[in-house]
Amino acid sequence: MKRRTLLASGAAAAMAAVTGLPARAQEKTKVGFIYVGPINDGGWTQHHHHSAMEMVEHFGDAIEFMYQESVPEGPDAERAITQMARSGADIIFTTSFGFMDPTINVAANFPNTVFEHATGYKQADNVSVYSARFYEGRAIQGTLAGRVTQTNKIGYIASVPIPEVIRGINASYLHAKKVNPDVEFKIIWIFEWLNPAKEADAAKALIEQGCDVVLQHTDSTAPHQAAKEAGGVYTFGQAADMAEYGPMPRISSIIDNWAPYYIDRVQAVIDGTWTSTNTWDGIGTGMVGIGEVSDVVPAEYKAEAEAMRDAIATGDYHPFTGPITKQDGTVWLAEGEVANDGDLAGMFFYVEGIEGDIPS
Amino acid sequence: MDINPILILAALMVASTPILLAAIGELVVERAGVLNLGVEGMMIVGAVCGFIAGHNSGSMFMGFTGAALAGAAVSLIFAVLTQYLLTNQVATGLGLTMFGLGLSSLIGQSAVGTTDLSLPKLPIPLLSDIPFIGPILFQHDAIVYLSIGIVAGVWYFLSRTRAGLILRAVGENHGAAHALGYHVRLVRVGAIVFGGACAGLAGAYISLVRVPQWIDGITAGAGWIALAIVVFASWKPWRLIAGAYLFGGVTVLQLNLQADGTLALLDLIIIVVAALTIGYAIYRAIKTARFDVRDNIVPLSIIGIAALYALLRLLGMETIPVEYLSMLPYLATIAVLVGLRSGGAAASLGKTFHPSS
Amino acid sequence: MLKLEKRPQPSKFWTYAAPLLAVVITIVLGMGLFAFLGNDPILSIKTIFWDPVFGEFAYMDRPEVIKKAAPLILIAIGLSFGFRAGIWNIGAEGQYIIGAICGAGVALAFYPTEARWLIFPLMIIAGLLGGLLWALIPAILRVYFKTNEILVSLMLVYVAEVLIKAFSIGLLRNPDGFGMPGSRNLRQYASAANNEVIAGTGMHWGAITAVFAVIVAYILFTRHQFGFNVRLAGQSPRAAGFAGVNANRLVMRCLLLSGALAGVAGMFEVSGPAGQIMGSFPSFYGFTAIIVAFLGRLHPIGILLAGLLMALTYIGGETAELTLNLPSAAILTFQGMLLFSLLAVDVLTNYRFKFAGAEVR
Repeated sequence: MKRRTLLASGAAAAMAAVTGLPARAQEKTKVGFIYVGPINDGGWTQHHHHSAMEMVEHFGDAIEFMYQESVPEGPDAERAITQMARSGADIIFTTSFGFMDPTINVAANFPNTVFEHATGYKQADNVSVYSARFYEGRAIQGTLAGRVTQTNKIGYIASVPIPEVIRGINASYLHAKKVNPDVEFKIIWIFEWLNPAKEADAAKALIEQGCDVVLQHTDSTAPHQAAKEAGGVYTFGQAADMAEYGPMPRISSIIDNWAPYYIDRVQAVIDGTWTSTNTWDGIGTGMVGIGEVSDVVPAEYKAEAEAMRDAIATGDYHPFTGPITKQDGTVWLAEGEVANDGDLAGMFFYVEGIEGDIPS
Repeated sequence: MDINPILILAALMVASTPILLAAIGELVVERAGVLNLGVEGMMIVGAVCGFIAGHNSGSMFMGFTGAALAGAAVSLIFAVLTQYLLTNQVATGLGLTMFGLGLSSLIGQSAVGTTDLSLPKLPIPLLSDIPFIGPILFQHDAIVYLSIGIVAGVWYFLSRTRAGLILRAVGENHGAAHALGYHVRLVRVGAIVFGGACAGLAGAYISLVRVPQWIDGITAGAGWIALAIVVFASWKPWRLIAGAYLFGGVTVLQLNLQADGTLALLDLIIIVVAALTIGYAIYRAIKTARFDVRDNIVPLSIIGIAALYALLRLLGMETIPVEYLSMLPYLATIAVLVGLRSGGAAASLGKTFHPSS
Repeated sequence: MLKLEKRPQPSKFWTYAAPLLAVVITIVLGMGLFAFLGNDPILSIKTIFWDPVFGEFAYMDRPEVIKKAAPLILIAIGLSFGFRAGIWNIGAEGQYIIGAICGAGVALAFYPTEARWLIFPLMIIAGLLGGLLWALIPAILRVYFKTNEILVSLMLVYVAEVLIKAFSIGLLRNPDGFGMPGSRNLRQYASAANNEVIAGTGMHWGAITAVFAVIVAYILFTRHQFGFNVRLAGQSPRAAGFAGVNANRLVMRCLLLSGALAGVAGMFEVSGPAGQIMGSFPSFYGFTAIIVAFLGRLHPIGILLAGLLMALTYIGGETAELTLNLPSAAILTFQGMLLFSLLAVDVLTNYRFKFAGAEVR
């Protein structure tokens, strides 16, 4: 059976022969990826793929890489994962929340294969979960947004109402409010992760209603284009640096950088040290990257943002540090108290000051 | 309230342009008695080809021309299959959508990205200076005007020209039209290709102007909405504009309502619409001296929805569940269909024609 | 110039030969496409059509083909009655979604009751009723208001899609799911799971129902008054009127039947392969089934084969994506070509080509 292979197997075999590696080592580790979108979607999937390719480059001939793109969540996912597992993959990364149950189901049938599921919460002996603390980056965005806004209206294009997105809204609101008590957030839910036309319309609506900063938790660059056309509106890159829109409108970004994690985990499989883990990393390990703050931001604010980035990276500062009150007026975190991961994982409330309800 | 009604109305004209373009093409196709469910497929092929043509040539004009040609080319597959090989139109149209989604993605593999092209706004002299109306209607780009021009042209063609009459005759009764010596198939192929070209333009408006970028699946169901609008408009060109603005309007409005966080604007719209509808229903009842429920399905459903909304507001509703709001245009379309009864669609719609039958 | 002439009788030969010809045409076109994309054309075709049935992993793929085909066949069988009678329900996708919502809704309402003997039959009834009610809307509008059922049923697909998206983050959201969208997984709820009846075969309750539906439809068409009425109404509504066929009742029955089967298919899918209500549950099956119905020439056995063929291209296509580096878009394009040629060759059954000008027969 021919497989998607990114290396010349002949050369690898020859090398093995020369160096006299034991027979076991000739069996290259097979690494598989299951993507929810096409690899060129410009957002979520593209960045998983990008990180995967970095991992492939890192290992070179030591591994064999395969992937399947545009796998719909739902009945087809389980089959796609099964196909990959049975074609001999040693480790399979399933990179969308909707693959959670299918991954668990397939993992039960393939005890000798290990699985890594992104953004989920179900673990098994051969299933790890991993996710990124994107809210750390949101805190920095919120700080910058609060500083640069003239109209004190900040727009937020939200995707699907899940805790990750809500954490992002809360983190950015709290920090914008901290540096600029007059800010007001306008939130639009589009109920999709990627729909450029709808994102463009949402950005235009926000700009027309007076927002001069537009944050987005959706994957396309359409809001940047809308901001560029409108002029005088600031945006932030999402998933990718989106530097092509800098220095204006894009003034910074949150970059998904999964490569270090992927390298780490594949190495563990090669070494035979892989165990099931629950990883939730942030700026500290580089899983969440902060794109260069562009020069249109006054130097003092840029320095402030960078200081916050460094403080979060070292663990000196946690974006959810009390006092924080929920929207309904109840106290969530007392003065100086830091949010625990359990609360963060299931966060389904707005903090005090945000208008409107979370759709549910 | 932060919503500026002028901006929102201008925005909805832009948001509605692609669905209006696709719908006017499909309207002609359906008036000729053909149901082409492949609008989405033709649109997305137009979107990718328009993007590539425009980006590579650096010219918007080339982009839109390329899109129209590409849309027409894929529609030709449908035309040959349904008109000459007599395949079922519903199945072929669905197949065309699948094929178009796949083909566009293949063509666009290397074209993913953005473009620096931009379509300048062309304010119409004098008219664009009229307060309120000017910024809403007369400060748009060329394609927005073009879409309305095509609607006017189609209206003129269908109702004022002999060729239009023939096209309608073909749609109403292909057997009789054939007996009169008209080339039923040729007329239909022409209509289908026109529909494809319009769908191509519509796709390119999304990938070149509204977003503007190419990624897989960028039309995101707009072609299906175009089909709904044709029905909503009961196959009449001018009503198509109203239909497109209703559908586009609901999208723009729901985004704006979310951002605004208050229902003040929606209250206003509903009061105005309900008042107009009640007035219209009373006027008609007086004029015809009778009131038949079946003839008034549309006004009655509008009043019903307004009453329901008022009740919810009085019960203390502060925000609308936006995730349900997008159902409204479809329900409105069904109400219009019921109100029309059998009066709207071309009698031969969807039926296969062969001279011997 | 080549002209078409209607045959007095559909050709027996071409009835069977045409689909084979279509497959050959598609394979040739497909090989061209795959070669153009830089793949081994023969290997690509073998991977798509041969490997899932006879290849190394066929024991795993065959059940998958059956699972994929089951909803398509079930929906297409329901549609075939209406399509033969000239009643066009193209909103099966909506009925399928509503059936799934109702079936899952019942299961979740009783969660975590252990009485499978009660829950599972109730879910089937709920799915059936859900699909039926969704089809009742176009049926009533067509019968009482003469509204076009094609368009109403299509509009209701969009409404159903909005509903399932809203429910997956609202009403039916899994309360233990950390706020993530999607309902509880029905496959992990023993009373509601639509498991394989014989393990490893792919024959879950939906597949068994589909086979059963094929048999019943065959009997109805060949042996029963209802099938006769349907065919008569399709061939000549006037003649059907004279024969005492009540047109309105026929519309009702055909639409409700197709809605009920689509609803049941949705329920079996949500409690089986899909497992949960989520925004991505709608998978175009309701539309694909229309194509399957036509590929199968609206004949129960034909639909059975067409459903299996369609499912085969999905499964084989996925394998080709993974093992041969084919982009998923190529598979979609290939499926489109297969449909076009299968639809096109049907012309040979009912018509023959003739050179115009040559008057001698």
